[in-house]
Amino acid sequence: MAQRLLACTGCHGEDGRAASDGYYPRIAGKPAAYLFRQLRAFRDGQRPYAPMTHLLAPLDDAYLRDIATHFASLQLPYAAQPPSRVDAATLRRGEALVRHGDTAHDVPACQACHGTALTGIGADVPGLLGLPVDYLNAQLGAWRTGARHAEAPDCMAQIARRLAPQDVHALAHWLAAQPVPADAKAEARAPVPAPLRCGSSSAAEGAR
Amino acid sequence: MRPVLAGLAGLLLALTAALWWLNVRGDGTLQGGAFDANDPRLVERGAYLARAGNCQGCHTPRGAAPFSGGRGIPTPFGTVYSANLTPDGPTGIGRWSAAEFRRALHNGRSRDGRLLYPAFPYDSYTRISADDADALFAYLRSLPAVSRPNRPHALRFPYDSALALAVWRALFFSPGRFEPQAGSSDAWNRGAYLVQGLGHCSACHASRNALGASRDPAALAGGLIPLQNWLAPGLAGQPSQAVAELLQRGVSDSAALLGPMAEVVLHSTQHLKPDDLSAMAAYLQSLPQADAPRRTAESPAPSQLQRGERLYDRHCAHCHGDDGLGQPRAYVPLAGNRAVLRDPPANLVQVVLGGAFPASTAGNPRPFGMPPLATELSDEDVAAVLSYIRNAWGNRAGAVQALDVQRWRSSVRP
Repeated sequence: MAQRLLACTGCHGEDGRAASDGYYPRIAGKPAAYLFRQLRAFRDGQRPYAPMTHLLAPLDDAYLRDIATHFASLQLPYAAQPPSRVDAATLRRGEALVRHGDTAHDVPACQACHGTALTGIGADVPGLLGLPVDYLNAQLGAWRTGARHAEAPDCMAQIARRLAPQDVHALAHWLAAQPVPADAKAEARAPVPAPLRCGSSSAAEGAR
Repeated sequence: MRPVLAGLAGLLLALTAALWWLNVRGDGTLQGGAFDANDPRLVERGAYLARAGNCQGCHTPRGAAPFSGGRGIPTPFGTVYSANLTPDGPTGIGRWSAAEFRRALHNGRSRDGRLLYPAFPYDSYTRISADDADALFAYLRSLPAVSRPNRPHALRFPYDSALALAVWRALFFSPGRFEPQAGSSDAWNRGAYLVQGLGHCSACHASRNALGASRDPAALAGGLIPLQNWLAPGLAGQPSQAVAELLQRGVSDSAALLGPMAEVVLHSTQHLKPDDLSAMAAYLQSLPQADAPRRTAESPAPSQLQRGERLYDRHCAHCHGDDGLGQPRAYVPLAGNRAVLRDPPANLVQVVLGGAFPASTAGNPRPFGMPPLATELSDEDVAAVLSYIRNAWGNRAGAVQALDVQRWRSSVRP
């Protein structure tokens, strides 16, 4: 399968472990259902990034599912995260948002959905560690502006719109500075009931 | 003065009459076909024909409801938006009669008589039989209705005017019908019917003049797809067995269909009956091949070839081999590959920069993909490696320069 998917690993790094250029994210070990949904969203234009759309246009759902399963099955050690370039106050604000959210702005804690260890939940919710800061900033920014969106109800878009730009900056930098646990695996179940309804979960898809 | 003025007025009147006549000829009277639009066999046949015509390629935007329209077709004259073909009354074709649908296919007119832009390839569809038109209509009427108002085209002046369209039609469109060629086999005629009509192959595989009309569409001598900068190669005289296999599987031992054609394979040709694919391929093989154009580009300089060889060893040889022979069923050979030698080298530039997958098909469900190298190679690098593969292992073709790479980068991404 790896030989068929050199088109993916050219940018996403060997076995999808992320590239050294600091943008293309790691895809290895991400939840299969999450990866499949992203591949389909790129192909069908819901996640606008022309190089991915162009590459995936001739592929059907069955192959996209196989590709997602392949990369989800790869459990690889993470490279050390580069040290953060921002001040301690910013990192403290980032950590507070991730662990506790911001009740004044109705922002739930990242941990509530992405797991206490932030390594993801089940097959739907991706982990947040081991991602480049530029990638995290770009995704949260894209959700705020509507350039990236998921199936309704689009919980991440709602949350991102409640975040001030400096909060996006703070939590992206804190997340990108965290070491990834050696056996970073998605947890089976969320620690608390989901604070928002999300269309991009298998349960929501089953209900439709 | 007076006779001159009178003469001019007369000329104007004559031109207007000619323009009018050239636009309504062949319209005939609107007569509905006598058929049962709910007949499941008719609907099924229509579904197959819609596949053969790849109607959804334009009428279903990415990720949208089937045939709900609104996909932008980029043209040198502006963007044309496809129509909603679902049976919704106010926004789709729910209020159309079968006769009005036939007239749209055959004569390029909307329900209200308005002229349609030829991005809708009615210069090909005019050859679709009345029975097939009715089957397509029955199929479209069976789809779930989607309420989505049609988006107005975004064309530049003067192309946005009805007069310009009428003049274009007077110059370049004449309604016709498919006439089977006596003395040729049924299969050949079936192939000709599909290629010239529903398949509308000439929309891409024939070059276009300055006003966007196909030059010699029957010859299928190849053409550059405007703005997308993919070269649709000449189809005449190609070996029929290989062509039929490519249309069905998307790849063969020696070639792969990439870019816009990979999407045609995914959505259309892989679903066609083997008999129809063989018929189309046999017809294409029988077409006389145009003389190869004289080579104008110069041979590459030795220094460029050396640079290209180094880059090939680092980025390409792993899959395509030191001998350029690739691996059957996985990596296409570059030695002796027609697509490598073709001019202009637009497709090579697109594939090296953007990477590509062939279509996933029943015969090749998990295709091997080519990685995009845009972030790794400069324009000079791309030019060097392309010049190298066009002149290694017995290949002989003109040098590619960095300027060519800039020129053939796609200006529009899907």
